[in-house]
Amino acid sequence: MRLDLEVRDAIERLELPFNSLGVDPYGISKSQLRFWFTAVGAFYRYYFSVRTRGVEHIPHRGRAMLVGNHSGGIAIDAAMVVVSCMFEMNPPRLAQGMAEKFINRVPFMSQWASRTGNLMGLPKHAERLLEDDRLLMVFPEGARGTAKLFKERYSLVDFGTGFMRLALKTKTPIVPFVVLGGGEAFPTVSNAYKLGRLFGVPYVPVTAYGLPLPIPAKMEIQYGPPVFYSGTGNEDDGVVLGYVAEVKRQIAGMLEDGARRRRGEPQAVGQGQP
Amino acid sequence: MRILIPGAAGAIASAVVVHLKEAGHEVVGIDRRPWPAAPVEFHQVDVRKRAAEDVFRRVRPQAVVHMATVSALTMGGEERHQINLGGTRAVFDYARAYGVEHCIFIGRHTFYGAGPDSALFHTEDEPPLELNRFPELADLVAADLYAATALWRFPEIATTVLRICYTLGPSGHGTLCNFLRGKRVPTVFGFDPLFQFLHDDDVVHAIALTLEKRPRGVYNVAGPQPLPLARLIREAGRGAVPLPELILAGMLGRFGMPKLPAGALNHLKYPVVVDARAFRELTGFEHKRDEIATIRAYREAFPTPF
Repeated sequence: MRLDLEVRDAIERLELPFNSLGVDPYGISKSQLRFWFTAVGAFYRYYFSVRTRGVEHIPHRGRAMLVGNHSGGIAIDAAMVVVSCMFEMNPPRLAQGMAEKFINRVPFMSQWASRTGNLMGLPKHAERLLEDDRLLMVFPEGARGTAKLFKERYSLVDFGTGFMRLALKTKTPIVPFVVLGGGEAFPTVSNAYKLGRLFGVPYVPVTAYGLPLPIPAKMEIQYGPPVFYSGTGNEDDGVVLGYVAEVKRQIAGMLEDGARRRRGEPQAVGQGQP
Repeated sequence: MRILIPGAAGAIASAVVVHLKEAGHEVVGIDRRPWPAAPVEFHQVDVRKRAAEDVFRRVRPQAVVHMATVSALTMGGEERHQINLGGTRAVFDYARAYGVEHCIFIGRHTFYGAGPDSALFHTEDEPPLELNRFPELADLVAADLYAATALWRFPEIATTVLRICYTLGPSGHGTLCNFLRGKRVPTVFGFDPLFQFLHDDDVVHAIALTLEKRPRGVYNVAGPQPLPLARLIREAGRGAVPLPELILAGMLGRFGMPKLPAGALNHLKYPVVVDARAFRELTGFEHKRDEIATIRAYREAFPTPF
């Protein structure tokens, strides 16, 4: 109940243009946010005991792009990042993710995604949100990121370049972050791609203990200082790939530091030269 | 200004007629439906018929607002196709033949289609989607695109294609009003798309502004922010009845529901929301009723049935 009140208070302090019914122009609904953040907030505090550092690097207002590593089978890392911006920032901000396209086809998930501000992952949506000075959360690894196996948990797969072109075009600062522990919370040993196709999802992660549910591993989120690249978004591939590699290097470095700090020395960290 | 309005007897069109007349314009209406108490010169003729051309020849309108298209999906496909495409062709042909300066085609925002991959806030440059799953919309989409060809075929006419979102309000006219009419409104279980709507009066105002500003091109018209369907139903004093998609699909064509392809249910699963900034910037259009006042106006005119 106490948490619910805190959630209620945080949502009231969000600087989003809600109408008198508590719905914003993208269909984000206060009542659904309360419900969602109460549920996922309990996971943040008590189940994964998430520790967040560097939240001061996120701009309080105006457009910004959170860019980080993906892990944790079913995108629990994304949920925790969103909660950290809601709970740890003052005033709180709603980080909006880009939902995988399959989500729109799945009953309830479709409804949940749009009511909590996670629009379908279209470049057009991302651009519009940034032009509206929202906080966008981007995982340049995409679904390949959440599909990482336990042994790959501190590695990075290839970064897409779309986020960088968008940041250049919309003149958006990039706040790099890493989530540590997503891989431990969701120790994937294998991904069932064929089973996933049956359900209309990209894959079904298989854990060592069989169930596709996370275990209460401690998670950490670390935000780094914002970086800004100036340009138009129409630069040559070489230029953009260079910028992406810089961001990836920064994230890989933060990941390495974090992994070293945590118990259980991880394996080699990809230094990702594309 | 002399303004000719094909389709003038419709609910929104007749409000446009009254508004323009009160603003001091000389308005002439055409419709194949009767309009006994028409406050302006009115001809009950089919726009595709010779008699309609005679009206154009005699009146020599400076502007035409083409509102004689139908979206009624209960109507036979062939007839709807004839009215929507044949009628639009006739209007533009007459407009050119008789020196019309400005021609407005009143289209619908459902042009863009509803589907799992469609974006929020469609801009005018986007092509229609999901036509294969909802072919009943094809003739309206074709009429919209055909009307836009006048922009290059008849450069001497200022052509405006308006894609207007759902209307809601005391007129009770339009797809959304009809959908909300009953005490209980079916929805698709697990889906709650955003709906975008505009008060009747604001639609009239937008059309009047278009006549005044004469913008060339294709424009989305919308006003207040969209609302989730479930919220809209609740605010309208109705009850949403979420039904699994398979059951809803099985009900189509029965229990008084129109016979539609299952693709039509996409409009209850996915949003059709347009970006209307271009129109607002060009004409200075601002809606007078927000989403809440608009629903209230509808609710007052159509209280919850017992």
